[in-house]
This record gives sequence, C-alpha cells and structure tokens, in this order.
Amino acid sequence: MMRRIALTLLIIMLASGARPAAAERLVVSLSNHRVAINSNFVGEELVLFGTIEPDAGKTGLRSAYDLVVTVSGPRETLRTRRKQRVLGIWVNVDSREFVRVPSYLAILSNRPVAQVANPDTLRRLQIGLGNFLLPQRIGPDIADTVGDDPFRRAFVRLQVQQGLYHEIAAAVTFLTPTVFRAAIPLPADVPTGNYAFDVKLFADGAMVARTNAALDVTKAGIEQYVADAARDHGLLYGFATMLMALLTGWIASVVFKRD
Amino acid sequence: MQIYLPIADMPVNIFLVLGMGLAVGYISGMFGIGGGFLMTPLLIFIGVSPAVAVASVASHIAASSFTGAITYWNRRALDLALALMLLGAGILGTATGVWLFTTLRALDQLDLMIGLSYVTLLTVVGGLMIYESVRAVMRARHGLPATIRRPGSHTWLHGLPFKVRFKRSKIYVSAIPVWAIGFIIGFVGAIMGIGGGFLLVPMLIYFLRVPTATVIGTSMVLTLVTMASATVMHAVTNHLVDAVLALILMVGGVVGAQFGARTGQRMRGEWLRLLLGLLVFAVGLRFAFELVVQPDDLYSIRYVRGE
Repeated sequence: MMRRIALTLLIIMLASGARPAAAERLVVSLSNHRVAINSNFVGEELVLFGTIEPDAGKTGLRSAYDLVVTVSGPRETLRTRRKQRVLGIWVNVDSREFVRVPSYLAILSNRPVAQVANPDTLRRLQIGLGNFLLPQRIGPDIADTVGDDPFRRAFVRLQVQQGLYHEIAAAVTFLTPTVFRAAIPLPADVPTGNYAFDVKLFADGAMVARTNAALDVTKAGIEQYVADAARDHGLLYGFATMLMALLTGWIASVVFKRD
Repeated sequence: MQIYLPIADMPVNIFLVLGMGLAVGYISGMFGIGGGFLMTPLLIFIGVSPAVAVASVASHIAASSFTGAITYWNRRALDLALALMLLGAGILGTATGVWLFTTLRALDQLDLMIGLSYVTLLTVVGGLMIYESVRAVMRARHGLPATIRRPGSHTWLHGLPFKVRFKRSKIYVSAIPVWAIGFIIGFVGAIMGIGGGFLLVPMLIYFLRVPTATVIGTSMVLTLVTMASATVMHAVTNHLVDAVLALILMVGGVVGAQFGARTGQRMRGEWLRLLLGLLVFAVGLRFAFELVVQPDDLYSIRYVRGE
C-alpha cells in the first residue's frame, strides 16, 4: 500500500515537474580500472573523467556545480605511537589503534571543501580529512574522536607526509560547466587492493547527485610472484633465498679465484 | 634506475643499493666481518622498514660469508669442529632471537630494542678495540712486537668441566664457554640483523685463545650458518625477507668483499683493528645520538594488520 503511494507520488513528481527542472545524473569513467605494480613502478597519476547530465526527461541544468571525489583504498588497522623521554632516551610510551581505516584516502574537489557546503553537511557526508570517519579503539569501544584529538591529528599528518592521505582543493577541474576531470595521485608505495571512488555533486551547498567507481591495484609479474611466495610459502621462500645467497657467494669465489 | 621491492613495498634506486652492497662488502672483506651492523642502518636510512631491513640483510651476510668461508677452506685456515659446536648453540640462539624479535614487534618496542642493542654493543666493542689497538700501535712505535699479548694462558674459563680438544686450532677448552659464545652470537644476530663477526672474532681470540690463523675462517662458517638459518626463520615467522633487495645487496657485497680482502691483507694487523674499532664505535655513537636527541616527530605509525 505504502509502496504504491510512494510510487504514485514519484510518477506525479516526475510528470509534473513539481521541483525545478534540474535533476542531474553523473557519468564517470576512470582512465584505468586496474593499476599494475611491476618492477619499474614509481607511482602514477590516475584520471577520472565525468560529465553532468540532465536526468531522463529533464533539460535544465544549473549554472554552477561543485564536485567532490573521495577515493579510499583497502582498509587496514594501524597503530599510532607517541614517543616520550624516559630515563634520557626516547621511547614509545603511548599508542592508539586506528581500526579498519583506509590505507589510502584522497579527498579531491574543485575548490576548498569548506566552501562547497556547510560544516554540518560536510560532517554528515564525511567530506574532508577532518570529517572522514577514522575509528580508534578506545578501551573496549571503537569510535572516532573529535577532530583535534592529538593522536588523530598526528595520524592524519603522518599519512599526508607519506603521500597516502590527500586533500586537494584543485584536483578537480571543470573543462566545460558540465565536463570535469579529477587527477588522483598514487604514490610509489600505494597499497594494493580495491579502491572505492565516491563522486558527489553539489549545487548551492546541497548534494544533488552521487555515483561510484572502483579501481583495482595489484602487484604484477615478478613482484606479485615474490610477494605471494613470501606470504604463502614462507619455508620454501626462505630456503630459496638462502640457496640464492649461497649460489651468489660461490659464483663470486669462482670468478675471483686468482691463486 | 628504479626497481620496486615486493616485500619492502617501495621503489629504490638499483645503483644506490648496489653501491651500498659494494661499499659494505669492501669493508667486510677488509676486516673479515659480515658488515651487517653497517648495512642494516643504511637500509633503514633509505626508508626500508627496520623489520624488513634486519630480515633481508641476513641473506646478504650469508652470501658474503660463504665466499669468505670457501677461500679460507681452500687455505685450510678453518676449524670445522669448533665451528660446528659454536653452530649448534648459534642456531638455538637464533631461534630465541627470532622469537623475541616477533614478540617485541608486537609490543611496539622493537625499534628501541634494536637501537639499545646497537648502542651498547658497538660502543663497548668499538671502545675496547680502539684501546687494544692503540696500545699495540704504541708498542710497535717503541720497537716492541705488536702482536696481542696473551697474559697467562689459563683463565677461569679453562677450569670449567666438559673439556673438548679442537685439533685445527690447537686448543683444549671447556664446551660451556663455546656454547655460550655461539648462543650469544646467534641471538644477537637474529635481533640486530648482524652476523656478529665483529663480536665473535674478539671473543674467540680473547676468551678461547683461538689462534689468529683459524679465527676468521671459523667465524665465517658460523656467520654463514646463523645468517642462513636466520633467513629461513625470518621468512617463516615474519614473512619479511625481501628477496629482490637481498639479491641486489649480495651481488654488490660479494664483489666488494673480494677487493676488500686484498686491501686488508696489505695492512698491518693493529692498524686494521684500530680502523675497525673506530668504525664500530662511530656507528654506536650515531645510534646513541638518535636515542638521546629529541626526534623530529614524536609520533610514528606502525602497520598492525590488513583486511
């Protein structure tokens, strides 16, 4: 019953254009859906292209849009440690575990996110490094802390220094009012796994459309072979490395044998 | 030319790593040591995580000590019986070391433990070597024989039971200090990613009175086996041995070691010991400096687990 009413309402809205004739649809595509890390990988810049299209049956588009792309890499648990001087030497005394946080996180927009929407909206949609949910293990609970928690600040700062977390206010460029491109920097030590792209379109401080894309980062060729062997066949891998060492040593003593 | 390291998960310049292997190999050939105490800090300095550096350097030392051991074997300057007994204890020590390494890593205190071990061992051993070799140099200046004096050929160590005779080295000692030395070397090697040659050689000379002729060859066999087994154990328990990194290091290392050995043979013994002592002491001071001076960043991140 309820469903039928809702459906009817929707049809009426669509047919009569009860709202302004603007309803957008996002169409995006990545320059590459799979990034292969091989022996000469030194990092890469990925490009996401997209257009803003009027929704079926609609024609009107607004004059100005904002676009925010959130890229999050495979989740991992990390520990942030703090050093303190104990008996004259610097020792890790305190630590906090960040549970299932993205190993890579990029928040890319066409202008500073603070100008895109009001703080409440940004927090609700987790836009910006300060608003993205980074759960910590605090005693038995797992929760995100306030933005100015020293461990959270240090964690984000270190990840930014490592090139793993980004907040770039000029990474999205509008080629025409409706065609955009976003540049995604992948560092040389980019974690392998699945990357989720969350593309949000804003107009006048409100989200009007949203879409997703995905990317796979994998080791390829010899890199993958070695990494898999080390993880899955530790004993065999260890013996192989040891034999390699003995062979290298033996070859050298044969090559350099003079007397 | 950059190459991506599959376990360290980072690209490095292949020529830089090859050069590091050559340089450390040269020093190790010159002094008859593995050179791990130089290589591990160098790798950490270029950004390899301490755990991967320690695990990968083990195989590099295995390679360079194998070259050395073959050379000494051909010259019959190697006491296999003594080496084998040291080894039995060395493997036990390595296993204990790898276990402690894993435990400390879980407790976030691995970096501290590695740092403290380096400072203590390197400054003490380096200091003692400098003291001993400076005295030897002074004696040589005054026209006295510069060889190490061996006051009173018997110490309390020789009073211990379970005596064993080692023919090639011409010594008759208790098995207890032999096992203790082997265990310490294996243990320290696994924790610090060093072969322990710079520790073993003085220990064999001063405690067991092993003659200089067989000491380096014997030390190399021990280093070879402890480091080879450390490679396997690190690969099994921590999955942190980077075979690509190890290969580049060992190729540079074995070549450098051959040239270093030639330079070393042309130098006078006491000067060689003084130089090595200074080097060991300097590396120790550098580690002490790092522990005492406030780090640039008080915070650091450690990987716990993936999905």
